[in-house]
Amino acid sequence: MSTHADTHAHDDDHGHHHKETFVTKYIFSQDHKMIAKQYLITGTIMGVIGVIMSLMFRMQIAWPEEPNVIFEALLGKWAPDGVMDADIYLALVTIHGTIMVFFVLTAGLSGTFSNLLIPLQIGARDMASGFLNMVSYWLFFLSSVIMVISLFVEAGPAAAGWTIYPPLSALPMAQGGSGMGMTLWLVSMAIFIASSLLGSLNYIVTVINLRTKGMSMTRLPLTIWAFFITAVIGVISFPVLLSAALLLIMDRSFGTSFFLSDIFIQGEVLHYQGGSPVLFEHLFWFLGHPEVYIVILPAMGLVSEIMASNSRKPIFGYRAMIASILAIAFLSTIVWGHHMFISGMNPFLGSVFTFTTLLIAIPSAVKAFNWITTIWKGNLQLNPAMLFSIGFVSTFITGGLTGIILGDSALDINVHDTYFVIAHFHLVMGISALYGMFAGIYHWYPKMFGRMLNKNLGYLHFWVTAVCAYGVFFPMHFIGMAGLPRRYYTNSNFPLFDDLANVNVIITIFALVGGVFQLVYLYNFFSSMFFGKKTVQNPWKSTTLEWTAPVKHIHGNWEGEIPHVYRWSYDYSKPGYEEDFVPQNVPLREGEEELQH
Amino acid sequence: MTAFLTIIIVLFVAVAIWQMVKIFDLAQVNTDESNTGVATDYDNKINAYLMIGFLIFIYVITIVCFVKWGDLPLMSNSASAHGPEIDNLMIISMVIIFIVQTITQFLLHYFAFKYRGEKGEKALFYADNNTLEAIWTIIPVIVLAGLIIYGLFTWTSIMNINEDDDPMVIELYAQQFNWKARYSGQDNVLGMANVRLIDLDRANILGLDEADPNAQDDVITTELHLVVGRPVHFKMRSQDVLHSAYMPHFRAQMNCVPGMVTEFGFTPTVTTEQMRATPEMVEKVQRINKIRVEKSEALVAKGESALDPYTFDYLLLCNKICGKSHYNMQMKIIVETQEEFDAWMKEQKEFKNSLN
Repeated sequence: MSTHADTHAHDDDHGHHHKETFVTKYIFSQDHKMIAKQYLITGTIMGVIGVIMSLMFRMQIAWPEEPNVIFEALLGKWAPDGVMDADIYLALVTIHGTIMVFFVLTAGLSGTFSNLLIPLQIGARDMASGFLNMVSYWLFFLSSVIMVISLFVEAGPAAAGWTIYPPLSALPMAQGGSGMGMTLWLVSMAIFIASSLLGSLNYIVTVINLRTKGMSMTRLPLTIWAFFITAVIGVISFPVLLSAALLLIMDRSFGTSFFLSDIFIQGEVLHYQGGSPVLFEHLFWFLGHPEVYIVILPAMGLVSEIMASNSRKPIFGYRAMIASILAIAFLSTIVWGHHMFISGMNPFLGSVFTFTTLLIAIPSAVKAFNWITTIWKGNLQLNPAMLFSIGFVSTFITGGLTGIILGDSALDINVHDTYFVIAHFHLVMGISALYGMFAGIYHWYPKMFGRMLNKNLGYLHFWVTAVCAYGVFFPMHFIGMAGLPRRYYTNSNFPLFDDLANVNVIITIFALVGGVFQLVYLYNFFSSMFFGKKTVQNPWKSTTLEWTAPVKHIHGNWEGEIPHVYRWSYDYSKPGYEEDFVPQNVPLREGEEELQH
Repeated sequence: MTAFLTIIIVLFVAVAIWQMVKIFDLAQVNTDESNTGVATDYDNKINAYLMIGFLIFIYVITIVCFVKWGDLPLMSNSASAHGPEIDNLMIISMVIIFIVQTITQFLLHYFAFKYRGEKGEKALFYADNNTLEAIWTIIPVIVLAGLIIYGLFTWTSIMNINEDDDPMVIELYAQQFNWKARYSGQDNVLGMANVRLIDLDRANILGLDEADPNAQDDVITTELHLVVGRPVHFKMRSQDVLHSAYMPHFRAQMNCVPGMVTEFGFTPTVTTEQMRATPEMVEKVQRINKIRVEKSEALVAKGESALDPYTFDYLLLCNKICGKSHYNMQMKIIVETQEEFDAWMKEQKEFKNSLN
């Protein structure tokens, strides 16, 4: 595993092949392209687990009284005679959230594409530290394994919601899942954070130091800008979650009172005195909110790149796009309180957070309008990647707009923690980020595996997913506005909500269809790896540097010298050129303006 | 055994779908020579039309949702003095969202249709326009400034509990998995309390300080009765984990946090009787009862007992995940006239008389 601990990618000598064994090539690889694939496959497996969980609890919500053989089969003792246990329902909700947010949309998305694209698009032989990169992946793998193991503990996995608010998460007597299950959750997340930090530091250092000659910051593709800023946000906010997790471990195992005070449970007074659960909420959301931008910014970067390439047009407002990424990143760190309007914190603070939160709508609007203008008068190549990108903009707008309701403290009072919130964040960061990820996979699959995905299966996958995503999450706004709280195992104890039961059935049917159709994608993904059509070097006729590298993966990316860069990455349909794209490594002609704004 | 069979069946279904996809996959090889994975003019055309279809789908699902479920009693039937303020702000926000959503989705999908790629065409090289950027920066700024200012005024007026109105002070007390209400009695001051003083043997279930004179006339109940038109000042406690006191009809919600007291205040304006008599509520209750009758028939057929018919009551729900029975942590709220309230209150035991 240490055969090439000296792989400092910027040394030109390393353009050559190393003698590699199976283990160093496929398992303990330090090559960013292989690590990207490892992230993608691990993320995919975790995604399958997360989606199956969501389908199970959706079936529970739709048909609460009816025994379900699938529950009996998959949940075992947690579903005696096929009737789901209320504790495992909460556990499913909790682990679904954790897996999707962290393991799929953070590690799976950012881990895959930052690793794949940063060195290739900036013209570097590899990451700044291949070794740290490898460690980062294996820590992620370890945390995934621990998270999966936690599903099998005796008293059940963590079940306090993915936000694990204490005291519920701190007291095993409050909930079965707060025992060993929560311990494993915390350990898994602590390792995950370490992995994420190693990854992020590596991305930052690589982008700053290893850009090829001519690749100024304002010539970078927007993907790289997005990954770079994402990594910066991660480095700023993840350590705060780590400290929250450590303090929670202290409270749980060593009797400290950081988050607990004055508790009487199951007939006895606990010794905790002086702590505050609200402190935990602050620490959690100081990461938790930037986290949603950690999820969505890479997707935005991928979509910007794919839209420009497939519109055969420069991205509209390149500098405005960078500025809005920076603005979103800055604002993302000062809005966490909008998750806590009714937590008992001072209402004046609520006012401040309403103000900062609604400001985020401005850079977001700029981005949406810029994407729409990018496709205006383009020559759109409606590949599956492009469809997912357009779908991304659509769900981002639909989901983002309801943010002005939830971000408004006065309105949040009545829709806080209802299905309205579920609808909002699933559309704006769940589905959107997933679309960004799919778009990226369809677009860069040839770069990763040297083969093309089947396009028609891609179309089928997109259209069914697109319809089902709206079918699932759009009606949720309405049951939320009718006051239906989230995380209810069944609503049948509230006759008030009886007339919403049929909506829940419709939602679940859409979810099941959408979930099953992901098999089309999985088939396409795994079979194309071996039987897909072999790709040419630059199938989408893109301008960025990764398409100047050979199809065959070599450690060091380019045979011979690294290409130099002479122009920005969006010279599509530039007047004066025969072809409708001019790669970044083509020198400017005499008298040609760089035309970059 | 059933479990095993189910797994087998689910597996078979998955394999079947997989195989069907594979057939679909293989069937294309000969028909489509140019299947390189890159979109052809034909693909562009088909998908462009599907984009328009999808735009229509979005509009249809929006309209269907609004028509079928948009008539939400919770959007127009608030039962508190500040409720209409929230509802107005909500409606204004919804109108803005609706307009922006309709326009931007149209532009996005229409452009995707109109500018579908064709071989030999060339896109317009159009990289930047500062005027446009300025326009779509400034318009959101103006709209949001309005929303922010309106929102903050509403928020401040709701969260400011005015002590001059002589609000009735009530404690909401949360525990896994039920609610208690503690009325402050004649003096309108709650007695001191801490969970460390809980003494179940003496039936001091909320941990009141038995020596505190203010505590003597406190009244602990399992139903929340409020007087119409009389401001209420809620002080909230929790004894174990986080809970959230959610009273949707009153547009009120606040978390209950162990170790601290949180507050919320509102004035109920519609009695339970009045609310039951409103045409919207009559219709809703009829609709619900129809559903319950249908469900009951199925239950009776299975030999179980039928469901009770539903009559409307205001509710206090728990809206913060709090453990296994979170889904059933509720308390009935009754809004009534002063006389009815006084009569009810007379039947309740004062704290000093309730101890064992």
